[in-house]
Amino acid sequence: MLCQNCKKQTATIHLTEISNGHRIETHLCQDCAQNQGLTIQTQIPLNELLSTLLSAPQEPAGPAQPPQEQKACPRCGMTLQRFSKEMLLGCPDDYEVFEKNLLPLILRTQNGHSEHCGKVPAAAGPDRKKQMRLTNLRRKLNEAVRREQYETAARLRDEIRKLQ
Amino acid sequence: MKLTDLSKQPSPWLRESGPLSEVVISSRIRLARNLADYEFKPCLTPERKKEILEIIKNALLALPLEQPLFFIDVEEAAPLERDLLAERYLISLPHARSDGPRGVVVAQSEHFSAMINEEDHLRMQVFAAAQQLEKCFEQINRIDTLLESKVQYAFHPRYGYLTACPTNLGTGIRVSVMLHLPALKMTGQIEKFFNTARDCNLAVRGLFGEGSEAVGDFYQLSNQVTLGVSEMEIVENFSATIVPKIVDYERVARRKLLEETPEAIDDKIQRSLAILRSARLVSSQEALILLSHVRLGIHTGRITDIPLSKINELFLYIQPAHLQMQAGRSLTPDQRDSLRAQIIRTALSVN
Repeated sequence: MLCQNCKKQTATIHLTEISNGHRIETHLCQDCAQNQGLTIQTQIPLNELLSTLLSAPQEPAGPAQPPQEQKACPRCGMTLQRFSKEMLLGCPDDYEVFEKNLLPLILRTQNGHSEHCGKVPAAAGPDRKKQMRLTNLRRKLNEAVRREQYETAARLRDEIRKLQ
Repeated sequence: MKLTDLSKQPSPWLRESGPLSEVVISSRIRLARNLADYEFKPCLTPERKKEILEIIKNALLALPLEQPLFFIDVEEAAPLERDLLAERYLISLPHARSDGPRGVVVAQSEHFSAMINEEDHLRMQVFAAAQQLEKCFEQINRIDTLLESKVQYAFHPRYGYLTACPTNLGTGIRVSVMLHLPALKMTGQIEKFFNTARDCNLAVRGLFGEGSEAVGDFYQLSNQVTLGVSEMEIVENFSATIVPKIVDYERVARRKLLEETPEAIDDKIQRSLAILRSARLVSSQEALILLSHVRLGIHTGRITDIPLSKINELFLYIQPAHLQMQAGRSLTPDQRDSLRAQIIRTALSVN
């Protein structure tokens, strides 16, 4: 479907307005929608998010410390500046080296989550698996309580006790 | 496994049928994994990439699976062969078009493929026809568990499986279904689908994944959140909640079309079939739109002399690399439109 306004680009924004019982459908391309001042609630592009996070004022650094963007990972040499351009990290260590900067980004892109609660490789050891299972059960317990599903909550609480 | 032979047969898994097949074309689950001892893609030298390729390739080929596995060196493959692999969803478009040492391990039945040195060191995926996400997960999880005893994955106690891009962090899982929603589109209710996707934090893409447009009422729906929820929760959310809801929307819309405007819908379906049966030049975009209507015709009982499998096969055969592999030479867009029309005419001819 072509944009109703410019009739050149494909319409990707579809609006349905109902006023006085009349239904008006509008189909626009991204550019025309933006020109008409329509703000679209979609996922914020990762790079935009990153540049805002990187430009956010950092905690006051000592005069001897280099600016955050230039700090490099000792293992792979990745910098935040480079990451914000390429959108890819340089090595597994980066998650700890740049943790302070990455955490807000992770929270934003992962719907507020910052802790893994899925599969654990066997090599990580049985303790790790147990811990992950506990985290998982506690999260489900909180969810059940929030939804006032007390029977489920009681069952989860018993399961947690047994594991501990 | 010879690539020229592939171009003459449909992906074997696509021939199967399964639950909700009138709306759900296929299911796919992908896992992203990286080796603990190697840097991520941006910081790898070609030598390090070669090492990764060898380690993962050998580990995969040694797995005790029922199906024989084949390795294809994507760096060495001809551009047309790479495109053929992408058209069959065995590799991604970026994997086909990028450079450096990289490859793919493919199962004979093509239901499993593992890209090596894509955005992550390893991206494995399992496909199935219709809505069979649980089956996909069971299979890919088994392969992943077998593999983790042979290679050491980058895993963090807090963040889970570490990926080159933080958007895949945690489980590294991408669950997707390919949906056919012509009635929602025709009745102006496709918003319902987009809203459901948005409310559930899901991404909507076109037929060929990231960056592709939705042509012919085909939409790919996939999860975006990979951290803080378990793999099974993501899979179950799709199979028990999201997919049934959207399938229901589409079914209601189809019923409504058939009850309220049966003639208009019949006209659309039969007109599309007639064009496909007689056209001499068909672009791939036009073909997808017309085939979408024919598919709707088969599912609503308006077309009875064409099996669904034939339509599913055509979706593959009419793509550029498949056409050129069949022709045995490179074709101009006009020549492709002509061969495409010919293949469709032959497949849908009235005997």
